[in-house]
Amino acid sequence: MNFTLKIWRQKDAKSKGAFKEYQVKDISSDTSFLEMLDILNNDLVHAGEEPVAFDHDCREGICGMCSLHIDGHAHGPSQAVTTCQIYMRQFKDGQTITIEPWRSAAFPVIKDLVVNRGAYDEILQAGGFVSVRTNSVPDGNAIPIPQADAEESMDAAACVGCGACAATCKNGSAMLFVAARVSSLAKLPQGRVEGARRAKAMVAKMDELGFGNCTNTGACQAECPKSISIAHIARLNREFLCAKLED
Amino acid sequence: MAFKLDSKIPAGELSQKWSNHKAAIKVVSPANKRKLDIIVVGTGLGGASAAASLGELGYNVKVFCIQDSPRRAHSIAAQGGINAAKNYQNDNDSVYRLFYDTIKGGDYRAREANVYRLAEVSNLIIDQCVAQGVPFAREYGGLLANRSFGGAQVSRTFYARGQTGQQLLLGAYAALNKEIHNGSVKSYTRHEMLDIVIEDGEARGIIARNLVTGEIERHGAHAVVIATGGYGNVFFLSTNAMASNGSAAFQCYRKGAGFANPCFTQIHPTCIPIHGTQQSKLTLMSESLRNDGRIWVPKKLEDVEAIRKGTKMPADIAEEDRDYYLERRYPAFGNLVPRDVASRAAKERCDAGYGVNETGLAVFLDFKTAIERLGKEVIEKRYGNLFDMYKEITDVNPYEQPMQIFPAVHYTMGGIWVDYNLMTTIPGLYAIGEANFSDHGANRLGASALMQGLADGYFVLPYTIGDYLAKKIQAPKVSTNTPAFDEAEKAVREKIEKLLSINGTQSVDDIHKRLGHIMWDNVGMARTKESLEKAIVEIAALRKEFWKDVKVVGTADSFNVELEKALRLADFLELGELMARDALNREESCGGHFRVEHQTEEGEADRDDENFVYAAVWEYKGMDEVPELTKEPLSFEFVHLAKRNYKD
Amino acid sequence: MGCFLTNSSLGRKLVMSISGCFLVLFILIHMAMNIVAVISGDAYNMICGFLGANWYALAGTAVLALGVLVHFVYAFWLTWQNRKARGNVRYAVTVTEKGVDWESKNMLLLGVIVILGLLLHLSHFWAKMMLVELMGAHEVTIGDGSVVTPTDGAAIIQYTFSQWYNVVLYLVWFAALWLHLNHGVWSMFQTAGWANDTWYPRLKCLAKIVSTLIFLGFAVVVVVFYAKSLCGCC
Repeated sequence: MNFTLKIWRQKDAKSKGAFKEYQVKDISSDTSFLEMLDILNNDLVHAGEEPVAFDHDCREGICGMCSLHIDGHAHGPSQAVTTCQIYMRQFKDGQTITIEPWRSAAFPVIKDLVVNRGAYDEILQAGGFVSVRTNSVPDGNAIPIPQADAEESMDAAACVGCGACAATCKNGSAMLFVAARVSSLAKLPQGRVEGARRAKAMVAKMDELGFGNCTNTGACQAECPKSISIAHIARLNREFLCAKLED
Repeated sequence: MAFKLDSKIPAGELSQKWSNHKAAIKVVSPANKRKLDIIVVGTGLGGASAAASLGELGYNVKVFCIQDSPRRAHSIAAQGGINAAKNYQNDNDSVYRLFYDTIKGGDYRAREANVYRLAEVSNLIIDQCVAQGVPFAREYGGLLANRSFGGAQVSRTFYARGQTGQQLLLGAYAALNKEIHNGSVKSYTRHEMLDIVIEDGEARGIIARNLVTGEIERHGAHAVVIATGGYGNVFFLSTNAMASNGSAAFQCYRKGAGFANPCFTQIHPTCIPIHGTQQSKLTLMSESLRNDGRIWVPKKLEDVEAIRKGTKMPADIAEEDRDYYLERRYPAFGNLVPRDVASRAAKERCDAGYGVNETGLAVFLDFKTAIERLGKEVIEKRYGNLFDMYKEITDVNPYEQPMQIFPAVHYTMGGIWVDYNLMTTIPGLYAIGEANFSDHGANRLGASALMQGLADGYFVLPYTIGDYLAKKIQAPKVSTNTPAFDEAEKAVREKIEKLLSINGTQSVDDIHKRLGHIMWDNVGMARTKESLEKAIVEIAALRKEFWKDVKVVGTADSFNVELEKALRLADFLELGELMARDALNREESCGGHFRVEHQTEEGEADRDDENFVYAAVWEYKGMDEVPELTKEPLSFEFVHLAKRNYKD
Repeated sequence: MGCFLTNSSLGRKLVMSISGCFLVLFILIHMAMNIVAVISGDAYNMICGFLGANWYALAGTAVLALGVLVHFVYAFWLTWQNRKARGNVRYAVTVTEKGVDWESKNMLLLGVIVILGLLLHLSHFWAKMMLVELMGAHEVTIGDGSVVTPTDGAAIIQYTFSQWYNVVLYLVWFAALWLHLNHGVWSMFQTAGWANDTWYPRLKCLAKIVSTLIFLGFAVVVVVFYAKSLCGCC
């Protein structure tokens, strides 16, 4: 298969970027999207050009490192997968594919398709944890947890922190990401204890970092590689508002 | 000068060793902890849990990772689960049984005391993770659920769907975030350690490169902890993440730390087969699939031919024409034999010509029986996400046709040599998790890597590091303005300059792929004296070629992925040779190390307990010099060295 | 506590949710009133009399105006922040994601159409009824030159919707409102935290029912009066 790639190239955070076109040829349909970029990059190196910088690591859809906006979709045209799980058989031979970095004020471009997602770390540092010390804990079975609660907590905990939600949201809102963490811990008795504090601290940090306001479009859940539901956003709203009303 | 290895294994009854040791080692008072700095390199299960626990204790911790967030470390990709001897299933599990299974699974090439400690603290890990809000699978009654795993006859594996590594890492990452929030830990993301700094024979800090700006930074500390994982990517194709590398560990080795059992590599039996020459990465399918999946190849070669040509579909092969070779060879464990055994058995069938895809390098993992027995819904619930992933990658629906699998490099049991305190041969330098060599011997059991990473980070290192730091309470802040730091930084800069100036004709990946082929063909699942000698020569030649002909584009002072890869490959090119040398030295077959010359008549590994009950510890002598071997004898006081038997 | 309604994104959203909810309730009452005009002009005028220049009607109007103003100001405030959060460089290729309604991404545009419609509506009715009364006048001239009392709402309706362009403008306005409420009604539950996966289909169904009811309730008055003007029987 052959493709024309329209890729965003940007030297560094300060430089102005632009699209550049590349041709890739004789790509097997079983090749993954990122392998296709590996092939392009190897060709570029041989030509003495700088390869296209893009984030990736585990290539199994779990580390959350890959982050490409492909033809208008975060993580490409398939539902419920990360960029590394896209295969070239999903594209038409001869197609032009546009590849852009995440676009969000809170995720500035570092180089080409690589952005800085440190803001997500900062939000979790503000309160995305349970304050227990190593070793000062009861037996794992001391508190039974209803299976349904554990499952719902796991649904939210599946978040890989890739940033697709904020990158997709027309408002640049990080609500799905924040909600996934708050909701996951809120469903467990261990996380419940400091639920109010957590919701307030994380929302405050999210606002401070310049993420936008959620308008419930649901675009985040549509593009989330782990299909995390906006029901978790509703729970975050509830957690936050109840916490504030108790103040 | 050979190493004087002191494993510092405490005396006494096996079950009392760790308690006795904890009682005997020194502690540092809270006021003094505040004055001590610790560097942790790597943020996987080991690094994150260690940094968080050390921060909680009051030390000043700096933690480094190469990814954009500590959460992305490759521990996250572990699917199946984590072992613990809770005996929640009432199936007669115990600390001793977990210890015994692990020692046996490792083919008696690990230290008894270390493994017992691992089994002992395994239960604490589960409690810790539950308290952190890790959503482990639960039964209807609200209690923790378990599943079975390879190499064990009890059900002791705790899991969170097929994402156990992710959930445990998020737990450790949350603990780390808590300490970053409290100000005791400072996180440096997109930073790569390029050298370790040694002064007066002790670890004093690291040289790191800021991967965004290219700046070379100096960081001093009273102790340095290496938690940078394994070096499986020396094979180019492996299930490791693309950026996983052996460079941090290799710098320690280069600066004088012993490197133990480098040849012990785990080849995981259930990976998706290679599809072509342009592949960059192999994908693992969880070992938990072997709980319900049955592994087979056709009995008749004509069926193999027909499947390869596509004239017959695998599902159409009659039951009596299928060779469930694991069940045939190992009746007691069947499809749940340890990984090394399962991998070798697959290779044996493929070598005999029964490989079921065009490359001849694949066997079937079939759920037909399980679906008939349990129903599609149950299988979907258990493995739905894995089945979807398989279909996504291969375009084959595993509910209708069996999966194709083949072994791939997955984990390295070898690593930096450490004593019972997890300290390397360099005082003040520690290694934890996959980066060290300590607990898995020659083969690691499934669901034990997570256990080791967290055991080291949460429950071992935070105590044992105090024993060393107690001697440092009078030491001032480590100055980075010393000749040792100057020299280390200069060497790093020169190496980078050199790589950028070669401007040859081959890309880093071109050479890495060639290294991978040499390794897989000669230092892979079956090793011979000839293949290993050949590998040593070829790798040395390739290394020379690399330093003459590699082409690294871009600049030193910018975000430069090619440069990062080149620096890592430079180390792999030495590490690969070391692995071959170690494999050549070990004239026996054990665990993941299979020497063709040393097998029984039935083709099983033939271990040599007369001559090789030791850890092979290598000392660096220079890039093109032969490293020096020191042996740490392993003494088995409590278990009887027996031939591994998974047949009955 | 008061400040989270201004300084927190979730608080600001709650203000949108509550003010929106209030406006929906008002519109429902207004619609019920309008239906009366179709049934009996006299009854309608009686209601108009109740809601003339009385203190309670005035107070109600003031609160209502405040509600509109808050909803409007917050909408622009939030949108301004959202645009800033989106950054200066936009995607070259954009799509509508699967399962995402067009209206949910265009609430501000729809809101502006609703506001413009509202201004037109105020000029047609409120300016000729309550405002006139407030200014102390007791009669008002409507478009065709005839003079009526400001409490004779029925006559004003009759005249306004005999003009075809008003009918078209009002229907466009109602359509925009229909879309706005399709998203707005379930969205206000979501923002207040009263939603989950089980309730989404129900809430979205409720939103469709409410918005459609409002659309039909208003449109029927416009259409009936236009039809009446065409046949000229009354």
